[in-house]
Amino acid sequence: MITFEHVGKTYGDWTAIEDLSLHIPKGEFCVLIGPSGSGKTTTLKMINRLIEHDRGRILFEGAEIRSFAPEQLRRRMGYAIQSIGLFPHWTVEENIGAVPRLLGWPKSRIRDRVTELLGLLALEPERFRDRYPRHLSGGQQQRVGVARALAADPAVLLMDEPFGALDPVTRDTLQAEMLRIHKASGTTIVLVTHDIDEAIRLGSRIVILDHGRIVQSGSPREILAKPASDFVADFVGREDIGIKLLSIERVGDRMRPGEMAEGEPIAADASLRHALSIFVARGIDRLPVVDQSGTVAGAIRLTDLTGAAP
Amino acid sequence: MKRWLADPLIWTGLALVLLVIFMPALKPLFAVLFPDQDRPLFEQDSFINLTLAHIGLVAASSAISIVVGVTLALFVTRPAGREFRPLVETVVATGQTFPPVAVLAVAVPLIGFGAMPALIALALYGLLPVTEATVAAIEQVPAGAREAARGIGMSPAGRLRQIELPLAAPVILAGIRTSVIINIGTAAIASTVGAKTLGLPIIIGLSGFNTAYVVQGAIVVGLLAVVTDLAFDRLGGLLDRWKRDDVAASA
Repeated sequence: MITFEHVGKTYGDWTAIEDLSLHIPKGEFCVLIGPSGSGKTTTLKMINRLIEHDRGRILFEGAEIRSFAPEQLRRRMGYAIQSIGLFPHWTVEENIGAVPRLLGWPKSRIRDRVTELLGLLALEPERFRDRYPRHLSGGQQQRVGVARALAADPAVLLMDEPFGALDPVTRDTLQAEMLRIHKASGTTIVLVTHDIDEAIRLGSRIVILDHGRIVQSGSPREILAKPASDFVADFVGREDIGIKLLSIERVGDRMRPGEMAEGEPIAADASLRHALSIFVARGIDRLPVVDQSGTVAGAIRLTDLTGAAP
Repeated sequence: MKRWLADPLIWTGLALVLLVIFMPALKPLFAVLFPDQDRPLFEQDSFINLTLAHIGLVAASSAISIVVGVTLALFVTRPAGREFRPLVETVVATGQTFPPVAVLAVAVPLIGFGAMPALIALALYGLLPVTEATVAAIEQVPAGAREAARGIGMSPAGRLRQIELPLAAPVILAGIRTSVIINIGTAAIASTVGAKTLGLPIIIGLSGFNTAYVVQGAIVVGLLAVVTDLAFDRLGGLLDRWKRDDVAASA
């Protein structure tokens, strides 16, 4: 879907991006992460040509991005940013319909699409459609921002710290919704964050950048289990690595089917981190597990948490 | 239903029109107010003509100020024109540093008497508020909205027309309002160089010690300024409807 080949970007005598090569396949949820000034946002903005690269090539669906007019390229890529950037003088409906209007969709199709997207992002269409952004909460505004980015069924969704300014509860809900949307639509997503927990939760792949170079790229599990350098180990939070590993595993994967246990059950799709928390809080070493329908499917023991990853 | 009854714009507008048309009918009143004057009413020209000429001069000079001012401001806020910004701001500020009387005095030997020097002086004088307000207005467009507009693939012209100008419009209008109101007052001075304006009775009255003339001219100019200001206020309310709470309350 998107390929960087030896890409570089220099501002004056400061090298923002140095010889960056990266392939993002179709359907991937790729999270770019790194400290400030690591080049993560520059990398993202080079994809839709908000920043032009100096060296190397960037390919989008096999074609050099410079072969597209910037506006045409951007209309095929959704774009959501931390400051949200809703147009304050346009209603929610007009904001979401911005790209479809640029693409010349007929009015009725835009209206249907807006209804669909408001539903997808858990905003009641009839209540929110005609509101102006200033009448929405921060979380609602970012929902509209994401809906606007998704409006024209983009081939790729670019997100620049989209949840960075939201409170933890709202951020958590929106992260869950991004995962659901990604699962349902299969859209390729490239997201920039500086929050390692967000990266671990959302990414099917995490790319860690430092000083304009990729220092490690891999699945959350690979990165946590085998940090490539001290920098990565520090960045992912050295002493929390075990806890973070637990947070990406599901109870259902370590469950002992058919075994029985006493007490309040835990859901099979809960994380092992959640299970550990319950073990410690209740002072027990065995928990019943229920599947999605709520029937007991087995049990999990404290010692199962340290078992080898399947 | 009767909301227009409480509308100051309608009342002051009506007062202005009636006063201008029926000024001659007020001659007995002025005769009582100014018993020492042989001629208690300015009659060298009708107030209808003077008012229309005044409005015409202000409209023409303001149109020039607006077109030139907005164009200059848009130019210096584009990437291509950014480096000209200090130059334009200096030149425009200089235009307002010169008192209009001085500009008129310099213009007369060059262009001669009449409406032309007045037009130039007023247009120059009105340029600064428009240019300054437009630059400020474009700059206060939220950076996020700007970036999003670029990021979703709007063209530079589309961004200007659909995002920047609508969001800047209320502040630009405030600049135009200042410029026009200043020029309504300043245009009165233009009668010193032979332009026909409502300043004529004032100037003739001042030089001939006829207070009645001065009062008549001043009242009409003052009313004209008030009516124009109220009209701008009304227009401004239409431009930022999205800022009001009652619009979304109906949703």
